Amino acid sequence: MLGRTLREVSAALKQGQITPTELCQKCLSLIKKTKFLNAYITVSEEVALKQAEESEKRYKKDHSLGYLDGIPVAVKDNFSTSGIETTCASNMLKGYVPPYNATVVQKLLDQGALLMGKTNLDEFAMGSGSTDGVFGPVKNPWSYSKQYREKRKQKLHGENEDSHWLITGGSSGGSAAAVSAFTCFAALGSDTGGSTRNPAANCGVVGLKPSYGLVSRHGLIPLVNSMDVPGIFTRCVDDAAIVLGILAGHDPKDSTTIQDPIKPFMLPNLTDVSKLCIGIPKEYLVPELSSEVQSLWFKAANLFESGGAKVIEVSLPHTSYSSVCYQVLCTSEVASNMARFDGLEYGHRCDIDVSTEAMYAATRQEGFNDVVKGRILAGNFFLLKENYENYFIKAQKVRRLIANDFVNVFNSGVDVLLTPTILSEAIPYVEFIKEDNRTRSAQNDIFTQAVNMAGLPAVSVPVALSEQGLPLGLQFIGRAFCDQQLLTIAKWFEKQVQFPVIQLQELIDDHQSFKMKS
Amino acid sequence: MAAPVLRCCCSGRRWAFACIDRGSRHGRGAPTGSWFCGKRGQRSVAQQLLSAAQKLRKGEHEWTAVVGLEIHAQISSNSKLFSGSKVHFAAPPNSLVSFFDASLPGTLPVLNRRCVEAAVMTGLALNCHINKKSLFDRKHYFYADLPAGYQITQQRLPIAVNGSLAYSICTGKKQSQVISKTVRIKQIQLEQDSGKTLHDDFRSQTLIDLNRAGIGLLEVVLEPDMSCGEEAATAVRELQLILQALGTSQAIMADGQLRVDANISVHHPGEPLGVRTEVKNLNSARFLAKAIDYEIQRQIKELENGGEILNETRSFDYKLGCTVPMRDKEGKQDYRFIPEPNLPPLVIYDSASLPANADPQQVINIDRIREQIPELPSVTREKLVQQYGMLPEHSLTLLNEVGLLEFFQNVIKETRAEPKKVTSWVLNTFLGFLKQENLAVSESPVTPSALAELLNLLDRKAISSAAAKQVFEELWRNEGKTPAQIVSEKQLELMQDREALEQLCHAVMEEHPQVVMDMKKGNPRAINKLIGLVRKATLNRADPTAMFHVPPPDAEAEPVEADGRERHTPASPHPDPAPRVLPPRDQQRRP
Repeated sequence: MLGRTLREVSAALKQGQITPTELCQKCLSLIKKTKFLNAYITVSEEVALKQAEESEKRYKKDHSLGYLDGIPVAVKDNFSTSGIETTCASNMLKGYVPPYNATVVQKLLDQGALLMGKTNLDEFAMGSGSTDGVFGPVKNPWSYSKQYREKRKQKLHGENEDSHWLITGGSSGGSAAAVSAFTCFAALGSDTGGSTRNPAANCGVVGLKPSYGLVSRHGLIPLVNSMDVPGIFTRCVDDAAIVLGILAGHDPKDSTTIQDPIKPFMLPNLTDVSKLCIGIPKEYLVPELSSEVQSLWFKAANLFESGGAKVIEVSLPHTSYSSVCYQVLCTSEVASNMARFDGLEYGHRCDIDVSTEAMYAATRQEGFNDVVKGRILAGNFFLLKENYENYFIKAQKVRRLIANDFVNVFNSGVDVLLTPTILSEAIPYVEFIKEDNRTRSAQNDIFTQAVNMAGLPAVSVPVALSEQGLPLGLQFIGRAFCDQQLLTIAKWFEKQVQFPVIQLQELIDDHQSFKMKS
Repeated sequence: MAAPVLRCCCSGRRWAFACIDRGSRHGRGAPTGSWFCGKRGQRSVAQQLLSAAQKLRKGEHEWTAVVGLEIHAQISSNSKLFSGSKVHFAAPPNSLVSFFDASLPGTLPVLNRRCVEAAVMTGLALNCHINKKSLFDRKHYFYADLPAGYQITQQRLPIAVNGSLAYSICTGKKQSQVISKTVRIKQIQLEQDSGKTLHDDFRSQTLIDLNRAGIGLLEVVLEPDMSCGEEAATAVRELQLILQALGTSQAIMADGQLRVDANISVHHPGEPLGVRTEVKNLNSARFLAKAIDYEIQRQIKELENGGEILNETRSFDYKLGCTVPMRDKEGKQDYRFIPEPNLPPLVIYDSASLPANADPQQVINIDRIREQIPELPSVTREKLVQQYGMLPEHSLTLLNEVGLLEFFQNVIKETRAEPKKVTSWVLNTFLGFLKQENLAVSESPVTPSALAELLNLLDRKAISSAAAKQVFEELWRNEGKTPAQIVSEKQLELMQDREALEQLCHAVMEEHPQVVMDMKKGNPRAINKLIGLVRKATLNRADPTAMFHVPPPDAEAEPVEADGRERHTPASPHPDPAPRVLPPRDQQRRP
């Protein structure tokens, strides 16, 4: 039951094959079993069971609220949840219990979804590994998959397997792991430079970054307001469309959401792709790209071509400036957004009380990790009067050029762009931490961050397993607010590639016994 | 910019200095009064200023002062600029705080339409260009009453620019010369107010009240077109009247709804502008004028003594009457402005640019707001001058005193007396009483109706003007009695029996032949003596004017009518034995 898609389990609930409470308990039990993944910061067991009870009553009266009624979901711990601790994986917000729900959380709850818990992330979503949060790194469920372990056994003999667990990618690694490990059917992430698509690709799930302005950010604790978008993790493209249909739309509390009414996102089954034009941006063919991903990318292009689609090489000439531009804009907004964490109204407050300034300084010193502090310092530097023109204004101009690259490509008749999501398959934690957060973020966001600068919708779809038995994903980028078209194409592609299901169950049990031994 | 040259200063009336235009060089002495309202312990400073002024009088070192203002006016609205919290003065601390106001993470600003309309209307009333597109920015600084660590303001592209504010200054010996001035308005921007910080020194704690945090402010930036405290204070007063007329701000300085920062510098005419200082948080017109004038003199003195002016922020110590430097930390900051990413550009339309399918609830139309602008104070004053033949300075006073215009209009409505008479009574007698007791118009014990009735009695010569003053005083002391009741109780009505009056006059003249002789010889005091005697005999009920017209018993002794009426007619209060009801003249506040 837990391995099913959201739509399948929803049907099962409707048909009475399982009750919401049973489903909830199964997920809770799996969350406990997979605790070692560190996917959840907070498990909201009581809340979920109570919601399941309510849902059950509705199903009994045949008053189901829709697809999401009784469906276990998880939410990244940077979305405000009323009455449930929201930490951003930071000391600064340990113990902070918001008095309100983020709009997207409220919308899920209004549809009868069961909130299983809050998922782990890099502190304040700053990172690309889900390794830099105060609650420790998230482990990729594929590290324990049958597919991966069997391949490793062939290679390594007698090495400590557990020390070679893989990262989930980030920053929404907890949400990706939660969906990948079957502990929920959908999860919310956030995506500022790739934070949803990157872990989706690493964990073999669908990761959708909707168009900027389509989904409310109200209640999402911001990283970069002008790029942040709530992201959606599901096991298939259809499920992502269902969740997007629920989340999308104008929110009076978020002035950057579009006013136009939104129709439900029902994806047609595309049978004919011959009218489509798929763009392959040549700048995305970088030397760092693993040969496996590269060949997968080209195979995918061929798949479209053989289906009759027009596949053309396109150019996004300002791509190479994206990373440095992103760093200036991101750190500048971070410097601004983090200014509110001063220990006065909420969150951590130090013991020092000699002066307000000393209190601020010590609170922020204790509350933030080095990554956050580094970005705050860099951002404040860029915003200084003497630097503003040279850095911030220039970066804004470059951002415009990057966005225009996409506009030009789409205006030339391209429907979607097909690109890699990340450079390679998931890498072991011990490898990952050999480089610092900044280097890793810059490396891992190269295919994803430009999309955020342009506000476009993009989705990472799991495609195949690598030689090592690890998931590889590819990304589709659509025109602004053409999320439905994007997902329709992704759905066709998903159907062609038939990505294998993670084989996890026995290995979880294995791991349990392994843990007990050690 | 034609800035007057500060050469010397007259003694302080309410707003301390007068500004003397470059042209008027008629000598005035060195300041005789101190600028410090007679506060002790300031003499030495005053004397130093005096010596500076004396030096200036020689014409060798003329100084020009340049004053610009930044005015923050709290927008009169039901809810805050970016949140739904109510706006209410003097609510219990932290009772009007939304999640956004407390800067809870994840909350976003939502612009209040009313605040935008208020800004547009204020901009239009101040002759500004309204920017069809304006932007919001974050201005960063750490302060305990600024929960987000930044203030949302309009630094780059404000909602209104390039306006002007006309105001009038009264000068001359009797403050009767009205000079019109204009100050350019650089911009009007929408921004958030901060919360309030209370330092509890006793427990060494800082207490924060966020009720005010996030209330909409209009920051009005006045170009440095002013040159002294009085000009600045008068300009601020005019702005205050405009805001109040528009209803865009209650603009009560005492409640902090209008706060002023002044930028001040001095230089020699023809030379570049001097280094400026900023005097912050001036919350009364009087302190504003005092602080500016003090700061100008301080800078002049500093420079004349070979010192230099630091570009610093100062505050006004109203107890000492001087400006003092604020802590350095607060003075120099890099605010690290950044565009507010959570608010799209603010787009405003006019009837020409309004999209056809626009929802009127969702768009703001400049032309519609223009239609809603009520009568502005300058027009009201013009009307008063036109309609009632009022002197311009009187129209200024009528508007400057809160509630006085309404009082005046209510009296006018109910009385048959001449408007000039009403003006004189309202501005001299009524206002004089108020000032003497330091009362607001709304606190007056005399209602407009009572004054109107009194003026009616006077108008139909039922009482003398002396008696009218007496009745007014009674009205002031004894609430509840009507003027007619007072007149009747005190037997103040004039003798209406003309024949009896004539007889009485003749009898007095007969009794005092010597005085009559003196009068005939042309002694102007003689007739006053005779009138006085008649009045005494009638217990003040004889009408002096009527007496004047009593024909002499002897036809040859034709009185002074033709040649000397002006000269001999007693000016009303002069021979008046009635008790003195006016406060001493020098204590009266003049416009």
